[in-house]
Amino acid sequence: MSVGLTEYLIVSAILFSLGIFGIITRKNAIMVLMGLELVLNAANINFVAFAKYGGMNIDGQVAALFVIILAAAEAAVALAIVLNIYQNFKHINVDEIVKMKD
Amino acid sequence: MTQDTILLLSAAIALLPLLGFAFLIFFGKRLGRASGFIGTAILGISLLLSILVAFSKISNFADIQLIQAKFNWIDLGNNFFIRVGIGIDNIAAIMLIVVTLISFLVHLFSLEYMADDKKFTRYYAYLGLFSFSMLGIVLANNFLFMFVFWELVGISSYLLIGFWYEKDSAANAGKKAFLVNRIGDLGFLIGIMIMFFTYGTFMYDEIFSDISSGILPFDSGSMLTAAGILIFCGAIGKSAQFPLHVWLPDAMEGPTPVSALIHAATMVAAGVYLVARVFPMLTANALLTIAYFGAITAFIAATIAITQVDFKKVLAYSTVSQLGYMVMGLGVGAFSSGFMHLVTHAWFKAALFLASGSVIHAMHLSMSKLNDHHSDPQNINNMGGLRKKMPITYVTFLIATIAIAGVPLTSGFLSKDGILAGTLAYANLTGNWLIPLMGFAAAGMTAFYMFRLTIIAFHGEPKTEIASNTKETNKYILIPLIVLATLSIWIFYSPNPIDASNGWFHKAVPQPHTSVSETYQWDFLIHNETTIEAGTSTHTSQHYGTAFEEEIHSQHYIAMALSLLIAGLGIFFAFCVYQFKILNADNLANQFRKLYKGSYSKWYFDEIYQATFINGSVGLAKVLAFFDNKIIDGIVNLSSLITRGFSYFIGHFDNIVIDGFVNLIANITGFFGAAVRKVQTGSVQTYIVLAIIGMFLLFYVII
Amino acid sequence: MEDLLFYLFAFVVIGSASVVVLSKNIMYSAFSLLFTFFGVAGLYVLLFADFVALTQIMVYIGGILVLIIFGVLLTTKITGVDIKSGTTGKVQLITASVVVVIIAISLILLFTNVEWVNQEFVQPNTTIDSIGFAFMTKYLLPFEIAAVLLLIALVGATLIARRK
Repeated sequence: MSVGLTEYLIVSAILFSLGIFGIITRKNAIMVLMGLELVLNAANINFVAFAKYGGMNIDGQVAALFVIILAAAEAAVALAIVLNIYQNFKHINVDEIVKMKD
Repeated sequence: MTQDTILLLSAAIALLPLLGFAFLIFFGKRLGRASGFIGTAILGISLLLSILVAFSKISNFADIQLIQAKFNWIDLGNNFFIRVGIGIDNIAAIMLIVVTLISFLVHLFSLEYMADDKKFTRYYAYLGLFSFSMLGIVLANNFLFMFVFWELVGISSYLLIGFWYEKDSAANAGKKAFLVNRIGDLGFLIGIMIMFFTYGTFMYDEIFSDISSGILPFDSGSMLTAAGILIFCGAIGKSAQFPLHVWLPDAMEGPTPVSALIHAATMVAAGVYLVARVFPMLTANALLTIAYFGAITAFIAATIAITQVDFKKVLAYSTVSQLGYMVMGLGVGAFSSGFMHLVTHAWFKAALFLASGSVIHAMHLSMSKLNDHHSDPQNINNMGGLRKKMPITYVTFLIATIAIAGVPLTSGFLSKDGILAGTLAYANLTGNWLIPLMGFAAAGMTAFYMFRLTIIAFHGEPKTEIASNTKETNKYILIPLIVLATLSIWIFYSPNPIDASNGWFHKAVPQPHTSVSETYQWDFLIHNETTIEAGTSTHTSQHYGTAFEEEIHSQHYIAMALSLLIAGLGIFFAFCVYQFKILNADNLANQFRKLYKGSYSKWYFDEIYQATFINGSVGLAKVLAFFDNKIIDGIVNLSSLITRGFSYFIGHFDNIVIDGFVNLIANITGFFGAAVRKVQTGSVQTYIVLAIIGMFLLFYVII
Repeated sequence: MEDLLFYLFAFVVIGSASVVVLSKNIMYSAFSLLFTFFGVAGLYVLLFADFVALTQIMVYIGGILVLIIFGVLLTTKITGVDIKSGTTGKVQLITASVVVVIIAISLILLFTNVEWVNQEFVQPNTTIDSIGFAFMTKYLLPFEIAAVLLLIALVGATLIARRK
């Protein structure tokens, strides 16, 4: 069986699931961020795979580039927030930060 | 030397000062005094290279008009591309020497003049930036580069005028120069845009050949005229032509060597250079306008210069007047003489400014020795008798004065005479007699005020103690003076001291062929292909002359006699009034009270601009502010009053009726909220899990 | 050959991603994230997306990963026990595993069962030209907005992270 669209989609599905797993199980906020990056990468693989096989041509790659831009912006802001949280709470364990409750 | 080598070398000439600028800006602080020597050395290398380039261009490639290189800068496909490049023709080659030599001498001069300044290294960095930008203007072969470097010289001029920014007057003068130049540059930019819109290129040679093949902007000759005049607007600003001349005298707040370099010899001549560059595309009407602007400038500035008492202000107005001459010369079509006046004027005006710098420096030193901090070192009424104290400065200043007054055996005579002959020929052919009239009047006044300055400042007895304590300073100041004064002698331009037309200069800088068709051009400026014998030289060659050049030849001796007579009168009058005191200057001033006051206060140009444009915009702003404050705010306040009245009633209604409902609902919600509160853990991760589960539920429901 | 490369990269991606989410040591996670990004870039190359692959390497590895490692170093006491980034409790772990497995299975089923339009991509020599054109013509507005977004993110990040 030669590699086609489906194989890429399966890889991206597994990567996505791993990312989600990271996001919901880890305590450390930075680990949560890493999981988020995995999810974004999974989405990106889909875009580029569809660009090749699904007839999206260059549009798919452009969308992937926009995702990368967003990821860069997100990472910068998120890490800034993490640093701020660290300054306030002296730790970055997301399950203990439940101020939103109040 | 091949053409490629020439282009490479000329690029190097321009880039070396930029390198110096970058180096001094970043490392200057650590170098201290050495930075001055580095800057000077770099300009020295540039000078040697440009002499090499100019020599080989003029002697080896005499038959090739323009050596140039073009390359793509921006290419967006769809036939939209912008090309830039550099080019060297004879006038560019000559300008290279003018710029680098004067810049080099000014660097040398400043080693002494600026020695005690705290911002010594930054001064040299700025000089490097200026030299780079000016050389860029010279080398540009397209409007785009021209405009870019045009603005770059503008900014370096701004930086150097406001160099002593601690002084309010210097900072203001810098701002004024910058803003006034903007007005002209706006026109310049519009002109360039018309050209690019029509021809799709910025290259001079492509535009000219398109014009001669009959393509016109918007298919109309008057649009070509308009484009020419708009481009000339740039020159009006940069070359301080009437009515935008007001910035140049104020620019004298900068250090004196800077005034010599930028505001006398090179940058202000950039406007003239621009007109020379675009000469082939100027139509008859555009040329006429340019000629009138030049003549008016030359005349008005000369009248102002007569009464000024600040050493540098006199020279500044004389610069404006001489620039007017050059523009007038180009405008009437005396291209070679106009451009030659640019070159010769650069030498003798730089000499005058540097000599004034020498005097001011000596006055400063003498003042600080006497502990006097209040006198004005630039006021000529504080000087006098400097002839004996500073003999070398005096002699060089005198030579330059003679040159600017247009006495035979000097360079100034050759070029000025050529321009005056051109105006006479032009008037003869077209009937515009006002132009030569103003030209000759200005020539007479020039001779008068320059000798007035010389006599008051250098002759007689010292008028103050400061002046009697001055003495010559060192060699850094004297060498540039001697070099520049030497270059003001006729022999460098033509073997014949009374006629330049057979010298190498006129051969190297011939009248360019106009590209404008006969419909829109003076017919006497169109080159006709008759073969005439080329002067007295032994070999005959094909010479494509214009009817105008022949007319100049026939007017030459009349113009010479007239200008000699007028200049002689001016000098004689100056000696009568100020040296031998046959006529009393104060009595004369009293007799022509109104004229004297008008001239002394520069014909109130600044006041008029203040009253009209500046106060006008301030007034408009005030009217708008009033409108805003009273009327708009009134309406707003009124409506707010009405709204408040309504809200008072509505408020009561709200409190009782609506709030009752709302509270009821809120209580119900609160009850439910308390019930489901347990779900809200506040932990982000729980929310994510719930969101994902929700999403997948939806997913399965829909599919 | 290409298939072999695909499986290699897929293995690298999934393997290192597992290390990322499962490892107890946060530094190990950060470094295996590097291999994940490389593997994804390799997949892009196999998909003829050379420019995207380059951008992936430069932005993710050169930028985001470095940021993340900085974040780790700034918020973790290296010498302390904190470097072991614990998971949430046992109960959550089991729920999460169940949820994630359901997601993975349903996604894979979905992807394999749909009949995708299979339209082969006409491969130019390099995609940079066409991407450039797309950015400058069709996607000009999103492109500009992305630029503004990056600026805002930059300023915002600086403002938030600043010590009070």
